[in-house]
Amino acid sequence: MTSQLQEWLDGPYAKATGRFPERREAFHRSSGEPLDPIYVSDVNGDAGSLPGEYPYTRGIQPTMYRGRLWTMRQYAGQEDAEASNRRYRFLLDQGQTGLSVAFDLPTQIGYDSDAAMAEGEVGKVGVAIDSIDDMRTLFDQIPLDRVTTSMTINSTANILLSLYAAVAEEQSVGRDQIGGTVQNDILKEYIARGTYIYPPKPSMRLITDSFDYCTREVPRWNTISISGYHMREAGCTAAQEIGFTLANAIAYVEAALEQGLAFDSFGPRLSFFFACHSNFLEEIGKFRAARRLWASIARERFGSENQRAQMLRFHTQTGGVTLTAQQPDNNVIRTALQALAAVLGGTQSLHTNSLDEALGLPSEHAVEIALRTQQVIGYESGVADVIDPLGGSYYIEQTTDALEEEARNYIEQIDALGGAVSAIEQGYQQAEILEAASSFQREVETEAEEARAGSKSAGKRGRVIVGVNRFETDEDPDVEIVRVDPTVRERQIEKLERLRDRRDQTAVSAALDAIQQAAATEENLVPLMLEAVKQSATLGEISDSLRQVWGEYRERIVV
Amino acid sequence: MSEASTMTDQIRVLVAKPGLDGHDRGAKIVARALRDAGMEVIYTGIRQTPDMIAEAALQEDVHVVALSVLSGAHMELFPRVVAACVERGITPENTLFLGGGIIPDEDAAALQDAGFSAVFGPGAHTGDIAEYVREHVPELDRS
Repeated sequence: MTSQLQEWLDGPYAKATGRFPERREAFHRSSGEPLDPIYVSDVNGDAGSLPGEYPYTRGIQPTMYRGRLWTMRQYAGQEDAEASNRRYRFLLDQGQTGLSVAFDLPTQIGYDSDAAMAEGEVGKVGVAIDSIDDMRTLFDQIPLDRVTTSMTINSTANILLSLYAAVAEEQSVGRDQIGGTVQNDILKEYIARGTYIYPPKPSMRLITDSFDYCTREVPRWNTISISGYHMREAGCTAAQEIGFTLANAIAYVEAALEQGLAFDSFGPRLSFFFACHSNFLEEIGKFRAARRLWASIARERFGSENQRAQMLRFHTQTGGVTLTAQQPDNNVIRTALQALAAVLGGTQSLHTNSLDEALGLPSEHAVEIALRTQQVIGYESGVADVIDPLGGSYYIEQTTDALEEEARNYIEQIDALGGAVSAIEQGYQQAEILEAASSFQREVETEAEEARAGSKSAGKRGRVIVGVNRFETDEDPDVEIVRVDPTVRERQIEKLERLRDRRDQTAVSAALDAIQQAAATEENLVPLMLEAVKQSATLGEISDSLRQVWGEYRERIVV
Repeated sequence: MSEASTMTDQIRVLVAKPGLDGHDRGAKIVARALRDAGMEVIYTGIRQTPDMIAEAALQEDVHVVALSVLSGAHMELFPRVVAACVERGITPENTLFLGGGIIPDEDAAALQDAGFSAVFGPGAHTGDIAEYVREHVPELDRS
């Protein structure tokens, strides 16, 4: 009788390597001794869960990084489309393998650059996109059939997806050829990130419209990136990050099921996004736990029979909130450790933060170090040469189990409150996050006070942040501050004026009317948005036409 | 200013988020810390215009207006909040203006010229902020 491991080697592993050869001819130790793809507790008997097999604890693919390294995808975007296009082409030239677009806040919240609410914010945290003219410039000389693009965009995700598809069409690239992701995760916006526009119900409908449209028309597109990142940045714990994220995922799935979509048809296009913070081993356990928990939810709760719909695929970003303004060079080390944990946790793509991000926008040099950090891990460290190298460690396995259990409890609590949307309306997640953030802050300040007072308890009860509350220096960080060109808004306004002069106003009005009418029905809005952006309707105009029908969400303030 | 705002009263603080930035962890942590330090704290929530903030400061008759922005829009938004406040008689002489967020040192210096008494950045200790407020509120001209 063949062992379980041998069956896996002859089955899924052989099949995967037969289709796509591994990225090296051989993987070996420094002595030349070859490495196995995976190590298990009992080679002849029970090998436990294996990669590419339910519940995917050890990874979603049978070869993981032996087949291909994770996608190195640095989040970038600033000022206008010209400036951001230059940065993307620089990153692609440096060996980055996918794009990740940061939009400015007006674009994320459905305001054109000339709107009063946009004052001060145009081009600040990302690129300003008002119309198809900007989008065309953003991807100038970037072949959309050869790169995949992730867009951090939520309330206006369908508009940006439409703009992307329209620009691809101008490059003669069909909708079935474009690949990428829109974040499209509105629930965490209400909980932690704040770029919502409409109330939850119509916002959920925009999301199910995109599931429906992409399943039919844009098969390579990830329709959502269900994000724990921002809740973690806002202060929640590792277990809460999994629990709140998967509870949001359940809400999206249930909304789609209500629309008559089948889990196994849209499930493979769901993707996830997590933070990686500084507790190295706990974070590794977190990623493994999230994978296992989602697989069981897919099977048990949603009756999934499609393996691809059970695999939790995720992007990771290192923890922005862990960066310090003091002694910023230390952030390179923090980021490297976090990136290593994400890789050991089996991430599909990764953004590494730049050392200067607690001080301002990242400089090109800092961005380059961040990318090189990933390349050193991928090409030099050897951790990518075997699959899930820490699997089987008593501590890692028990951390994985404990986090899965804790996260499951949070999901049960949210279910008891009537699901994620209802829990948000009651302020549950917001209050939990603030509680965790406050307790973190207390630990940091306790340490600071005890260290200042020279107390014997220093280092014993509080939380040490190197360079902030211990090992401080008086030196001023010598960091170049990147400034956003203050004329960006004026230039965007001029472009908008030219656009409005040039376009066929009757066609624009007709396209906007069609959106407004459909908003009150159940008609899928994506094809109408695609038509509107092709007619040069602006992002703000499309958003306003929906605001008039649906109104705006007001935050439930939790302090 | 009204009789209620003599220095023996509880210090009242408005914590506000101007602009479109949704990063509210810092604002909420500071709001909580000042409340725990015995002050009365009103938190506006996110996406406030300068006029909304100035109006709230007027209605609540606060001693302190504390603004937080992490989107880089502080140089545009902070001075506009002060201007909207001044229109309503709330000035750096009778009210303490504080800033927080990702604010480079040279901007912090420029904001001091624009009426901000202090700017607190990443790593600031909330106890230091409370102490700063307690020390400086009595110096305000609340007559």
